[in-house]
Amino acid sequence: MRGLSILLKTLRQTARYPSGAIGLALVAAILFIAIFAPFLAPYDPNKLDVINRLAGPSAEHWLGTDQLGRDLLSRHIYGTQVAMTVALSVIALALLIGMALGILSAYVPGPVERLILIAFDSFSSFPSVILAMAAVAVLGSSMPMLIIVIATSLVPHFGRVARAQVLSVMNEPFVEAERVFGASQLRILVFHIVPNILAPLIVIASLDIPIVIAIEASLSFLGLGLRPPLASWGGLLQDGYQNMSKALLPVLISSAALAIATLAFTMFGEALRNAIDPRSARRPD
Amino acid sequence: MDTNWELFRPFGAHETEGAGRLRLFENFLFNRILTAVLSVFGAMLVIVVLLNMVPGDPATALLGPMATPEYAQRFIAEMGLDQPIYVRLWKFFSQVAVGNLGTDVISGRSVNAIVWNALPHTFALALASMGLACLIGIPAGVYGAVHKGSIGDTLMAMVSVVFVSVPSFILGIFLLIVFSVMLNWLPVLGVSDNATLGDHLVRMILPTVALALGWIGLIARLVRTSMLEALGQNYVRTARAYGLRENMIHYKYALKNAVIPTLAIIGMGIGRLLGGAVLIEIIFARQGLGSVLYDALQARNFSVLQGSVFVVVVIFVVVNLLTELSYSFFDPRIRYNRR
Repeated sequence: MRGLSILLKTLRQTARYPSGAIGLALVAAILFIAIFAPFLAPYDPNKLDVINRLAGPSAEHWLGTDQLGRDLLSRHIYGTQVAMTVALSVIALALLIGMALGILSAYVPGPVERLILIAFDSFSSFPSVILAMAAVAVLGSSMPMLIIVIATSLVPHFGRVARAQVLSVMNEPFVEAERVFGASQLRILVFHIVPNILAPLIVIASLDIPIVIAIEASLSFLGLGLRPPLASWGGLLQDGYQNMSKALLPVLISSAALAIATLAFTMFGEALRNAIDPRSARRPD
Repeated sequence: MDTNWELFRPFGAHETEGAGRLRLFENFLFNRILTAVLSVFGAMLVIVVLLNMVPGDPATALLGPMATPEYAQRFIAEMGLDQPIYVRLWKFFSQVAVGNLGTDVISGRSVNAIVWNALPHTFALALASMGLACLIGIPAGVYGAVHKGSIGDTLMAMVSVVFVSVPSFILGIFLLIVFSVMLNWLPVLGVSDNATLGDHLVRMILPTVALALGWIGLIARLVRTSMLEALGQNYVRTARAYGLRENMIHYKYALKNAVIPTLAIIGMGIGRLLGGAVLIEIIFARQGLGSVLYDALQARNFSVLQGSVFVVVVIFVVVNLLTELSYSFFDPRIRYNRR
């Protein structure tokens, strides 16, 4: 109950400024489309209609059709579901692993700490697109593999912040007080450390969602990510890009979908950051 | 209890403090360089381990099922794929130590030559984008801070959010659609081999702008924030009280302080631009490190992949290191201890 009221209060604060309100509304709409894709899509996204290839918008096909005559609206609606599935799973995975490693590195000084920090440095010495490209090209591009690969490239980001937060919270008087009262390490960790490091991590998580969407889209665009016939935004963009000389609408719709989604999550994430930590309003990044 | 005689030396105090700072800085430098070297090593370990995990027989994947077993075996041996990971890493790094990135087994060319051919194109693209981003982003940020809350400021805030959040390859596709397909002003494809300098420049416009837009947004926002902070400082009030012209105050005094955090971001940006350049190079069919990497990935050409990833990682790490050092150069208050 208390968690819910904190959530509601934070969301209200997020929506206080116009950009936050727009971001929140768009994010809600995107999530709605993703969840209810099967009910919203007018057609099966893979239903071919070869006679109506690259047709313009019409009463039957609101956004027209692609090079195989598939309904573009339906494909983009299902693409929303794919994008959100990937983005949210990646973020959840990276958050969990990053937090675990960050806490571990703060709690266990010495070789373990060194090793974790060097691993973080190594993984972040690639531009994340390149790391993901190489990994996906080698390991294959099923959706679970794609999620694991992108999450891996984001783990250091979460890990470093978690570590810094733990280090600063660990010596706070209230933690010391708990220790004096005889609370176990585990109890302190679960009830005091974790709740206190969560807020900045959630902000990073929301600001990383557009990055994940972009990485997934660029991999699929390059043909290294999710493969057709699965409708992913990146793949749809590639289809449209290939047929750009015949029809401009498909490539425009796909790039608009990606632009709106990344913009929405950025606006939401920044407003969330300002709501959780008002000081950061003056200090971008 | 020992008496600390240092305290009684009237003029020596700040000298010893300086020496202490220097020692601290040396430790810091050593630590950072060690970390950088280790992370390059770790990154290559990641790549080699990754390449080792290729499912199935790499020779079949590369040569197709028609290759004779003898040829496949020779090929595997040439690529070094039959050796354990530590041997391959050792071979790679001992070659790198003498400046040799290896040989492309498929074409027989040296990887050095391939990378060196591509590198200038990528650097030109990255530097031109960063230059353009600074040229537009910094004055835009100053304008936003000076005219805070004006229509121009609000408009710019909206535009920068779009630029910052939309990935550069999407912006690139938008630009391509508008300027090449709809208006037919600028050519679509990359550079041909016998192009003139003018040709090169014209064909660089779209990719440069596509890469720069995101940074224009970011730099404008950063400069605006730190400029606002600088304009609230006492020295600005003093300068005003002396009757200096507003332009002089803004550009000569406030901007100088406001630009420091931006410089750091620009440094890191050059490393990150490399990642973005990969996609932009592919979309605009340009030569460069990105397209080398992509082609190597497509062909599963591990020898070129290893070499070019190594170069990317080294550039990335070195630029990050320089950036971190430049922080302390521009702002001496930044301390050198790691935690």
